[in-house]
Amino acid sequence: MKISKKVDKMQPSGIRAFFDLVLGMKDVISLGVGEPDFTTPWPIREAGISSLEEGFTSYTSNKGLYKLRLSVSRYLRNRYGVEYCPDEEILITVGVSEAMDLALRTIINPNDKILIPTPNYVSYGPLTELAGGLPVYIDTQKTGFKLTPGELERHIDDKTKGIIFNYPCNPTGISYSRKELSQINKVLLKNKIICLSDEIYADLTYDFEHVSFPSLPGAKENVVYFNGFSKSYAMTGWRVGYACGPKEIIAGMTKIHQYTIMCVSITSQMAACEALHAGKGFVEKMKREYARRREFVIDGLNSMGLTCHKPQGAFYAFPSIKKTGLRSLDFAQKLLKDEKVAVVPGTAFGVEFEDYIRISYASSFDNLKEALRRMGAFLKK
Amino acid sequence: MDEILEVLEKDARTSPEDIARMLKKKPKDIKEKIKKYEKDGVILKYKAVLNKDLVHDEESRLRALIEVNIIPQKDVGFDKIAERIYSFPEVSSCYLISGTYDLLVVVEGKNIHTVSSFVAEKLSCLENVRGTTTHFLLKKYKEDGVILKHKEENKRIAISY
Ligand SMILES: Cc1ncc(COP(=O)(O)O)c(C=O)c1O
Repeated sequence: MKISKKVDKMQPSGIRAFFDLVLGMKDVISLGVGEPDFTTPWPIREAGISSLEEGFTSYTSNKGLYKLRLSVSRYLRNRYGVEYCPDEEILITVGVSEAMDLALRTIINPNDKILIPTPNYVSYGPLTELAGGLPVYIDTQKTGFKLTPGELERHIDDKTKGIIFNYPCNPTGISYSRKELSQINKVLLKNKIICLSDEIYADLTYDFEHVSFPSLPGAKENVVYFNGFSKSYAMTGWRVGYACGPKEIIAGMTKIHQYTIMCVSITSQMAACEALHAGKGFVEKMKREYARRREFVIDGLNSMGLTCHKPQGAFYAFPSIKKTGLRSLDFAQKLLKDEKVAVVPGTAFGVEFEDYIRISYASSFDNLKEALRRMGAFLKK
Repeated sequence: MDEILEVLEKDARTSPEDIARMLKKKPKDIKEKIKKYEKDGVILKYKAVLNKDLVHDEESRLRALIEVNIIPQKDVGFDKIAERIYSFPEVSSCYLISGTYDLLVVVEGKNIHTVSSFVAEKLSCLENVRGTTTHFLLKKYKEDGVILKHKEENKRIAISY
């Protein structure tokens, strides 16, 4: 059966086979997991269960429960001083994954260019292409994995429609200060480029207060802001997130959403309400735990010679494996076979990242300690 | 709460060296701080949390919660009589509480007879004890923040983006 050329062209990539290898193996310590190792805090789970007991089993409004949109609006006002109207500027989605897809499909005309700083979260390129756009990758390796205003400006031309900007970043953990963001914002405003700001790891920022892109001067009308419950509240399996933005864009996204998704599961929306209502303490506690692991892991990696910048957020480290002389997939396969430790090859996040691996520290302290020990042994061979 | 305590409360075996790496401090400073916590009685002791339901031997113990009504003593209130009660080795915990009775005493014994004889012959006979109500424990679900169930397997898929 012939499938569409567009989909046929999408690569499942060589890494899929490696993933299958990991999934088929027993007793592996995996540092390759892109989700929290905590289960959803109990009060949030309990809210989901109660909603089922009370008989909340129907569709909700396409945009999502008003109560949840209102809570999101209040949360963003309190946290960042940004005002989003729950009626017209907020859409509840099946995670940031769906929201990003909707936003790209809403803003892209054929062959519009979308800038993507690399290394980047895996869905951005394929989603851009599916929406008919052209991804333009900006390699940030030489600038400490940070997008600089200069590099940004250099990649802009008159077909550039938007940029997908993710901070704290998966896979590097890099985040940005207010000053750095302001400089980037100025370039985007000057060139009328829409910023799709994926801030899903915002609550897991360790060294300073996260600055939200729409809170920058003059930015709001130019930004689609993405956040969700997956990472900060350990709710990956619930599949709930949201997008906030100018009402024309949100209305466009809602049109697609109403036909493809209709609405997010009501159980998940009810649980998400509880997360915003009562989850703060849990988020803080998990964050402290991640922060301790971060110090431990970064110190461990650097002292075994896998040099690594210090991530400011999320739960990833992106060390260089250059000194081993191995290519990233080979390194990952060998490490898996020899020591039963799984990591994600850097090339998953951009073809140019042969010298890197991604390590997730969303794993128990005992696991991290043992994995680092095994990696040390592997490197000594 | 100091993060050193947060770490130790979760796993008392975490070494000062590991804590130092987690908190980006010197091992020496961590050791000193822990010593001080021990000296000040903030850290009272380190012990394993057992699931005694799985310890099958003659030593297995029955537990009872006993509500005790007491007549407070002049000048010292409840403290003196509480001391007389908690000093018995059978008593594993003792709390002064608000409400319809005064002390909640947790008692452990070999079987129902040892516990009842403790209540009948020792506790109830104390001069200031006005009355007791004994509840035998049938099943433990959670103790000191620990859910007494086999650790569930990690349900995450082993690798993801
Ligand atoms: C940067 C980034 N954006 C989006 C997602 C998807 O999140 P969600 O579960 O909200 O779809 C992830 C998940 O790994 C991510 O790392």
